[in-house]
Amino acid sequence: MISVQEEDFDHCNEYKFLKDNADSDGAIVTFTGLVRDFNVDGSVSSVFIEHYPGMTEKSLMDICSKAKKRWTLGQIRIIHRVGLIEASEQIVFVGVTSKHRNNAFEATQFIMDYLKSDAPLWKQEGTSNGMKWVEAKKSDEKAKARWSGDNSATWASPNKD
Amino acid sequence: MIHIRFFASLRERLGSASMNFEYAGEQTVSQLLSELYEKSDNLLMLKEQDVMVAVNQTLCGHEARINDGDEIAFFPPVTGG
Repeated sequence: MISVQEEDFDHCNEYKFLKDNADSDGAIVTFTGLVRDFNVDGSVSSVFIEHYPGMTEKSLMDICSKAKKRWTLGQIRIIHRVGLIEASEQIVFVGVTSKHRNNAFEATQFIMDYLKSDAPLWKQEGTSNGMKWVEAKKSDEKAKARWSGDNSATWASPNKD
Repeated sequence: MIHIRFFASLRERLGSASMNFEYAGEQTVSQLLSELYEKSDNLLMLKEQDVMVAVNQTLCGHEARINDGDEIAFFPPVTGG
């Protein structure tokens, strides 16, 4: 299930949804992203996330389909917040269930790596100099690229995020 | 008619969120871009290498085919998560 929403989310409720629908799965992996209160230039008080209504949801669903083709998975839950979000608040949630832990770990990383490179979401950071667009990082493209080619994840983690 | 949309910093720099473009038989994104460059110098910023394209809300390259009634979006690299 995909949600693109302004409201915050309750991690416990999301975990409960996954657990209640895990059927015979033996693993649940969740990732929660928070808004950092700093960047390379100094402190960040908030972020504003712009999205492309319709395409953002479609893109996240496509990423789920790719993950399900690659691994045997049960449930996938993705939430991405949009609009104004204060520093230290939750911004993104990915939860995956599967029979065994490796599939759930890998699929969660895969979904985040693709989300950061493909999903139409753009971030502005609120700094002492006003709102500033965040530039895409090369490390995010590298993180996505590690999933292409052979089918086994390398676990060579990118430097950032 | 083709509906063209711009997002994020590209929208701000262009000073426009969307425009309609009379469909004149362009068959690919690349052909549409050539027409747009002719239309306004401002739109030359769509030539920047990192500008991403979506046709009907699916990411694609400049070789992607387009038809009358399509929605074409241009935007900078994404930075969610």
